[in-house]
Amino acid sequence: MKVSMKVNGAERGGEIEARVLLVDFLRSNLRLTGTHIGCDTTSCGACTVLIDGEPVKSCTVLAAQADGRSITTVEGLMEGGALSAIQNGFHQEHGLQCGFCTPGMMLVGTALLARNPDPTEEQIRWAISGNICRCTGYMNIVKAIQHAAKARADAQKESPATSAAVAGGE
Amino acid sequence: MFPAAFEYQAPATLADAVALLKQHGDDAKVMAGGQSLIPLLKLRFARPELVVDIGRLPAMSSIKRDDGHVAIGALVRHVDVERSKDLEAWLPMMIEASHWIADPLVRNRGTLVGSICHADPSGDWGSVMLALGAELVAHSQAGERVIPIDGFFQGPFTTTLRADEVATGIRIPMPKGPSGGAYLKLERKVGDFASAAVAVHVEMDGNKIAKAGIGLTAVGATNIKATAAEKALVGHEPTDELIAEAARLAAQAAEPKGDIRGSAEYKKDVVRVFVQRGLHTALGRAKEGRA
Repeated sequence: MKVSMKVNGAERGGEIEARVLLVDFLRSNLRLTGTHIGCDTTSCGACTVLIDGEPVKSCTVLAAQADGRSITTVEGLMEGGALSAIQNGFHQEHGLQCGFCTPGMMLVGTALLARNPDPTEEQIRWAISGNICRCTGYMNIVKAIQHAAKARADAQKESPATSAAVAGGE
Repeated sequence: MFPAAFEYQAPATLADAVALLKQHGDDAKVMAGGQSLIPLLKLRFARPELVVDIGRLPAMSSIKRDDGHVAIGALVRHVDVERSKDLEAWLPMMIEASHWIADPLVRNRGTLVGSICHADPSGDWGSVMLALGAELVAHSQAGERVIPIDGFFQGPFTTTLRADEVATGIRIPMPKGPSGGAYLKLERKVGDFASAAVAVHVEMDGNKIAKAGIGLTAVGATNIKATAAEKALVGHEPTDELIAEAARLAAQAAEPKGDIRGSAEYKKDVVRVFVQRGLHTALGRAKEGRA
């Protein structure tokens, strides 16, 4: 069957079997290997992507279900050649060790801040509760998302007109 | 992991969907969000010839009140329940339960009605719907059928939904008097299935309990309606003794199996304690006038 979807802003398509999972379509057909396969059983969140802005586990979505939708992967987070607020937060706060869970964590963080620009620590912890990190104990991941929220708020204060660019991906 | 090969159809109308089901019967599986079915396909516990994706059907994504009921469409996701201001006002116990479903990413895809039709005895919504006395609405080429939730679950992953039917929504009666509910769940970590969980719902008539609903999760072959406990409550003024007795009867209705999450005895006692706590909470909420 034919599928087509917007991936990181660009129209992409392919001829696939109906049983192809979204994560495999992204990785194997489109060669976007930033989306990882961890547990492959809907548990770990390494395969997290955004569908129409909402984080989902792409190992548990058929590519066919994503037909006509808008997908954001970690490759789509950069804004005008610069790190997004979330990416920069993970960089500044050392929000990763091995990096395997990081694409998923950053996409969940991006979606969270789009809905809730000023989340509490508890809200951040609930938002990432479907994503497993086996290195960091989550502390720096939480700090990274807090860093991004603060950076976005500061940018908004300085220049409301450019805040949309900082917020990004929405 | 890849599912075994299947044919895929995403019909644009309900008429097309039920025609496909009529034609393919048991060889077809209906998919809404896919959060239960896709794992089964990947593990090859399910190998349908045809997957009928109802995700693109119109007019099944709403939560609305009609005719003394709250009607929830088959494409309403867990996250839609979680964020519904209407449900918060009408049936706040559903909001409480929604936070316990899987994890936030699964809640962005999975649907309430799909979860009910999947009929996992560890599923949370089944108990909530038993406690609230819901009715499932199904469609086939023969027309609409309304199925009371009590009796819908036949066994693990088995319901009275026919192979030519698609569930299109669920109807929950609006409480008549002051009412309250609670959903209590013991889980080892976010996203895990319940070790045990209970849903409790009460409606008051003056000082007396006019209606009581108690559903049990993960302690039997299906979600269990604790009928004897419900009967013990109705028509009486709630006292600590009555609540303790109802909790004891609810624990008697549980038929858990011992596993890594705890022994059968332990789970039965969790049910007793949760029903007792849940009834106190629900009655307190009914008293506060929380719907």
